[in-house]
Amino acid sequence: MKQKKECVAMLLAGGQGSRLYALTKKTAKPAVRFGGKYRIIDFPLSNCINSDIDTVGVLTQYQPLVLNEYIGNGLPWDLDRNVGGVKILPPYQGQNGADWYKGTANAIYQNMEFIEQYNCDYVLILSGDHIYKMDYAKMLDFHKEKGADCTIAVLEVPLEEASRFGIMSAHDDGTIYKFTEKPKNPDSTKASMGIYIFNKKKLFDYLIADEADPNSANDFGKNIIPNMLAAGEKMFAYPFEGYWKDVGTISSLWEANMDLLGEDPVLDVTDQSWRIYARHQADEPQMVGNTAIIDNASITEGCEIHGTVKNSVLGSGVKVMYGAYVKDSVIMGNTVIGEGATVNYTILDEGVDIGAGAKVGEARENAKDITVIGTGVKVPSGAVIPAGEMISEL
Amino acid sequence: MSIAGLIFSNLNQNKLAAMTRQRVLASVPFGCRYRLIDFPLSNMVNAGITNIGIVTGYNYQSLLDHLGNGKDWDLARRSGGIRIIPPYISAYENPALHKMYISRLEAMLSAASFIRNCPEDHIVISDCDVVCNIDIDALVEEHKKSGALITFLAKTMNVEEGQMDETDFVLESDETGKVTHFNHYKAGTTGKMNVFAQVMVMDTPFLRSIVDEATAQGFTSFFNDIIRPNADRLHMHAVYTDNWFAQMHSMEQYFRYSMQLLDSNVRADLFKRENLPIQTKVRNSPPTRYLPGAKVSGSLIADGCVIEGTVENSIIFRGVHVGKGAVVRNSILMQGTYIGDHASLGCVVTDKNVLIRDGRTLSGHETMPFYIAKGVHV
Repeated sequence: MKQKKECVAMLLAGGQGSRLYALTKKTAKPAVRFGGKYRIIDFPLSNCINSDIDTVGVLTQYQPLVLNEYIGNGLPWDLDRNVGGVKILPPYQGQNGADWYKGTANAIYQNMEFIEQYNCDYVLILSGDHIYKMDYAKMLDFHKEKGADCTIAVLEVPLEEASRFGIMSAHDDGTIYKFTEKPKNPDSTKASMGIYIFNKKKLFDYLIADEADPNSANDFGKNIIPNMLAAGEKMFAYPFEGYWKDVGTISSLWEANMDLLGEDPVLDVTDQSWRIYARHQADEPQMVGNTAIIDNASITEGCEIHGTVKNSVLGSGVKVMYGAYVKDSVIMGNTVIGEGATVNYTILDEGVDIGAGAKVGEARENAKDITVIGTGVKVPSGAVIPAGEMISEL
Repeated sequence: MSIAGLIFSNLNQNKLAAMTRQRVLASVPFGCRYRLIDFPLSNMVNAGITNIGIVTGYNYQSLLDHLGNGKDWDLARRSGGIRIIPPYISAYENPALHKMYISRLEAMLSAASFIRNCPEDHIVISDCDVVCNIDIDALVEEHKKSGALITFLAKTMNVEEGQMDETDFVLESDETGKVTHFNHYKAGTTGKMNVFAQVMVMDTPFLRSIVDEATAQGFTSFFNDIIRPNADRLHMHAVYTDNWFAQMHSMEQYFRYSMQLLDSNVRADLFKRENLPIQTKVRNSPPTRYLPGAKVSGSLIADGCVIEGTVENSIIFRGVHVGKGAVVRNSILMQGTYIGDHASLGCVVTDKNVLIRDGRTLSGHETMPFYIAKGVHV
C-alpha cells in the first residue's frame, strides 16, 4: 500500500447533461446507463484502475443520489482502498460560507485539500461524459518525458467536424501554441478530449489566481488552459488513437450503444486485457423462450425474451413478451414490453413499461429522429408514441 | 430470535463423483451462474442469519474462491460472517486418529468449537446437495412453536425406482407434525413418501450436548448413534416444503433438475419468491452477444457469452462461445466452454473450459448425459 500517490485523478461528474433530456431528469449524466450493464462513469473509472491510478475524486453536484449509490465504496472497480480509492466529493460548506461548484476549475479549486492529502506530483482531470478506453499511464509517461506543465489528450477529427470541438494547434513535437474553443475556421484537427494532466503545483497556482479573478468563468477550457498558454507554460498535446465517443447527445448515445453490436464490434467490452468494470447484480440468467427471435443483440441477465429482438441493446430485467417486436433500440433495464407491442429506433430509460400492442417510434428507415422515453413512464396499451418524441412523463 | 447456520459442503458428494473429482460438492455449478452452496447460503442470509460456519473436506479451493470474504451474500462482517471450518488434522498426534471425516457426525465434531462458541439460540444445519428456496425464518418459528429439540425439513414426493439409496432418510409425522418414524430409505421401495430434505434446526444447547456426548463416546454416526437410539424420548418435529425441490444424487438427476429450470414455474419458485432472492458471486461479465445468424430458443443463458450458432433447450453458463453453424440441443455447457463452428451436441454436459473442436458431433441420452470433464479438449 503506497502512502504517497504519484497521480490523483479528479473526475468531473457534476454535469447535468441537458442535451440528453428525459434521460438526465433524475440522474447526472455520468450515471446514465450504457451498453446494458454499465453506466457512463464505468469507463473513466475502469480506465483509472487499468492505468494503475487508485485514487479518484468524483466531483458531484447535479442529482447525485444515483451516482452516490452506484459508486458506494468503490469495490466493483477495485477502488475500495485504505489509502486512496474512490471518494465522492460534493460541494460543501466552509468557514467562509458555502458555494456550488461554479465551474470545472472551481470544483477542483474547492478540493485542493483532498488532492494535497496524497502528496501527489500530478493531477489527472477527467470528465464523466465519454465512452472510451485509454491508458492514462502512457499519457503520464508522455507528460513526464516532455517535462510538460500540462498535457492535453487530443483526438484527430475530420476537418468538417472540427468546429464542434475545442481545437489544439500544436507543433510537430506536440507543443501547443494555440487553443480555440469551437473555431469557425479550424486550422487543426486535434480535438481536446477534456482529459488533462497537470503538475500539481502549477495547477494549484493557476487555480488560486483564477479564483481571485472575479470575471473568470472558473472553467478549464475557457480560463485555465488559455491563461497557461498566454503565460508561455509548457503545454503538450498527447495524441490518442482508439475508440472515443462523446455521448452528450441522444444520437451519439444511441450510436455508441450500437457500436457494441455486430460480429466484430467497434467498441469491445469483452477485452480481458482492458476490462470495463461495473456494479453487477446477481440477477437470474436470461431466458430465451421458444418463440423468441434474436438477431444481432446484446442482452443482459434477468431478461426474458419471447418476442423478436433485432439490432438492439437490452439491459437487465427486460421482458419482451409474446409477439412484441424490438428493433434498433436501447432498452436500459427493468422494462416490460407488452404482447404485440413494437419499439423501433428508441431509447427506453430504466423502468419503462410498454403496454400490450403499443407502438413506440417508427422504423429507422422512415423515422426522422430517435424516440426517447424517460425513467418510470408507463405507456398504456395500444398507445402510439410518434417517432422523435421525448417523453419524461405521461 | 437469533439463529446461526452450519453448512456441510461435501456430505454425499460421492453421488456426483464425476463432477466432484476436482471440487467440493458445494461448488458444483448449477443453473447458469450459481453453485450449489448459493442456495443454502442465500436461504440462511434471507432469514437474517449472519454467523455461518462452512465445514469443508477435500478440494475446497474452488469454494474459497467462490465465497471470497462473503461480501456478495452481505456476509463480510466484523462479527460473524462466513467462517470456513477446514478439517482439523494435528501434526503431533497419531494421524490415523485424525483421518478425514466421512459421516455427518464426524463433520459436526470438526465444527465443535464453532458450535460450542456459537452465541445464537438455534442452529440451522444444511447440506449442499439440495436445491430449494426455503423460508428458514418460518422453519425456525415452527420449530420454536413445536417445542421440539430438533426439526427436520421434509419433502413429500413420489419416489421412483433408483432415485434414492440407503443413505437417504424418510420420515413420518402425526397431525401435529411430531415425527413418529425416522429411518433409512429401504432400497427398492417406491411411491409417495416424506423424504428428509437435508435441512434441520436444533436448539444450540441440544446440539452442544450431542457434540460433547459423541466426543466422549466416540460416536461416528448422527442417525445411528444419536437419533435412532433416542427416537422415543427425543421430541422431533417435521416441516414440509411445497416448493420446487431438487436433490442432486446422480448425474442423471443433476441433468433432469437442471433442465427443469427451463420451466418458468420452476424458476418462479426458486428465484422469484418475494424477499427470498438467491445470491451468488458476481463476476464482471459483459452482456451476452447474439450475433447475426444465431438461433436460440427455450434456453437459459448467462452473461458473457457469444452465440453465433443454434442453441435449443439448453443451460448455458457464463463466457460460453457457440460457433457459427454449431447446434447445441438439450445440453448443459458450463463456464468457458468453447463450441467450434459446425459442431453438434445433444444431451451433453461440458464442465468448465471444455473445448469442442470444429465439426465434432457428440451425443448422450437424457437418462445418461455425456459428461465431459473440466478442461478437456475434444
